[in-house]
Amino acid sequence: MDLSTLIQVLDSGVRLGIPLLLAALAGLYSERSGVFDIGLEGKMLMGAFTAGAVASITGSAWLGLIAAIGGSLALALIHGLASITFRGNQLISGVAINFLASGLTVLIGQNLFQLGGRTPPIKGSARFESITLPGADALADVPVFGTVYHDLISGHTILVYIAFAIVPLTWFLLFRTRFGLRLRAVGENPESVDTAGVSVLRLRYTAVAIAGILCGFAGAYLATSAPSAGFGKEMTAGKGFIALAALIFANWRPWRVLWATMLFGLLEAVAIRFQNIDVGLFVVPVQFMQALPYILTVVILAGFIGKATPPRAGGEAYVKER
Amino acid sequence: MTRLPTWADVVLIPLMSIIAAFGISALVILYIGENPWEALKIMVDGALGSAYGWGYTLYYATNFMFTGLAVSIAFRASLFNIGGEGQAMVGGLGVAIVALAFPWPHWTLALPAAMVGGIAFGAIWAAIPGWLQARRGSHIVITTMMFNFIGAALLNYVLVNVMRPAGSMDPATAKFPAGAHLPTLYELPLIGGYFNKNTPANISLFIALAACVGVWYLLFRSRLGYAIRAFGKSEKAAVYAGISPFRITMYVMLLSGGLSGMMAINNVMGEAERLVLNAVEGAGFIGIAVALMGRNHPFGVFVAALLFGFLYQGGAELGLWTTIPIELRTVVQALVILFTGALDNMMRMIVERLFALGRRRRAA
Repeated sequence: MDLSTLIQVLDSGVRLGIPLLLAALAGLYSERSGVFDIGLEGKMLMGAFTAGAVASITGSAWLGLIAAIGGSLALALIHGLASITFRGNQLISGVAINFLASGLTVLIGQNLFQLGGRTPPIKGSARFESITLPGADALADVPVFGTVYHDLISGHTILVYIAFAIVPLTWFLLFRTRFGLRLRAVGENPESVDTAGVSVLRLRYTAVAIAGILCGFAGAYLATSAPSAGFGKEMTAGKGFIALAALIFANWRPWRVLWATMLFGLLEAVAIRFQNIDVGLFVVPVQFMQALPYILTVVILAGFIGKATPPRAGGEAYVKER
Repeated sequence: MTRLPTWADVVLIPLMSIIAAFGISALVILYIGENPWEALKIMVDGALGSAYGWGYTLYYATNFMFTGLAVSIAFRASLFNIGGEGQAMVGGLGVAIVALAFPWPHWTLALPAAMVGGIAFGAIWAAIPGWLQARRGSHIVITTMMFNFIGAALLNYVLVNVMRPAGSMDPATAKFPAGAHLPTLYELPLIGGYFNKNTPANISLFIALAACVGVWYLLFRSRLGYAIRAFGKSEKAAVYAGISPFRITMYVMLLSGGLSGMMAINNVMGEAERLVLNAVEGAGFIGIAVALMGRNHPFGVFVAALLFGFLYQGGAELGLWTTIPIELRTVVQALVILFTGALDNMMRMIVERLFALGRRRRAA
């Protein structure tokens, strides 16, 4: 395999990994605060739809992004209402949200555009176009470094760079601020937070809302970040679940989430590019590559390699003592 | 907390949840610009108004009884088996292998054998996550969810690379032998006259009904059922009573996966008569809605499965005759799960308030 093929595969791995990264970070906030979130898929789908719809109507990618955040946030609030306020089962609520998004996006989309659930194709200012970083074109001919800089690091849309920037930001917020300490505490031992006079409900709502915003970003990326040109029915196609897998694989830590999502993105890129891989003795079928993120997550979760430890109070509604 | 009478708990609260779910669905239909009342009429007419409609409604209901029972039995042990979809998929593989293994002379021989195949494959697909939870502490929801995707990839591999007949481009197995054909309701003596020739409802319906009774007996009349329910109520108390969490988890997941896998006699053997890629069509997930709505009781599951069968066939008719897309079914399903499952406490609070109000008035 030559350098240009390698870079192409890595580049496509980054592109495929970005929605996973944003969604997994969303799940990180929610689950660190003790609210399980298997509704990442649905929130991302809703975000992608509202982004595609609003961007195609207004012609502005940024308004699309705001709409994506709004759409995803609405579902996040339902999740918060069900699982925080009414202390319902968080997993069931997540399942409901996934189906709600899956149905509503097609119903509303068909009603607005009559395109079988798609949104009209967008281009120009209605979508995020790729950015050429300073000096990329000048350095393009420099061997190795220039190629990597020009083809891999430069040439993505603004959302990609935002996604990468959110990783250190999340790390800082969670591990270096008072808010982060409280957020993590509320996921491990909500009684202690409550005793300290801090509202458990408010912290959890904040976390769930941040998850909604980040899923909105992930959705907007899918629908309106070039080369994508609009929303398609069921366009998340299980990405929310791979993101959830990546979050577990990363043991609920921000930097590891980055590596895990990039790894899973790369696996997908390899599966798309090479299909069945002949390793000499036997052929690795493409289906195995597609299932690998899930298999790895099962293995990690079972503690055969490493050990995934979820937040201790995860999945349990907090009942204030009287 | 006010104690509610049993009828309020078992009938009133689910009923209110369903009314809420259907009320919001009606708003969605209004938004689309159609008349909800007309839509309901089309659904009733299309799903229950003819022998043709019933043939589909009962076919869907059969699927949902199996998956609903599967989810219920796990819920009874406080295990959320979200993997019914994958278990039914892999169960389909078991049924297909059995059906294609012999030139079956008659369905009375093929059906029991295929059931064993479907149950075994579905049970294994659920038992692995069960074992991983009981012995390794992995979260069963996450593992069963991952197994849905792994199952889909496995099925894809097998259909594309192993079981696809030579020369066929379609990722599906060959047609099952004629002797493995299950009689449809139309072909049955006595009742056949009530049904339409071209509908898929078949003899599996009676197996599903028997499964409802069987699960009821198991849960409420057997030792194991008692242990399962005790374990679901309180693991600590169950352990104190000498019930092994490992054993219960394994039994429950084997039963649950077996029930999901058994669904394949209906959709794979009864309807398609070959195994195709997307044979389950979400029935595994609908099992969650059915179980929640049926309050994890086999009779409730039976009623809820019929309702969802109606919803599925009626929704398809809506897609044909109105501008309402078929995805309305998904929205209704989501709302039923949301209200009967996640927002159950909200409904309970409302009903408790009303009861408390009534009591105070009577006292005054």
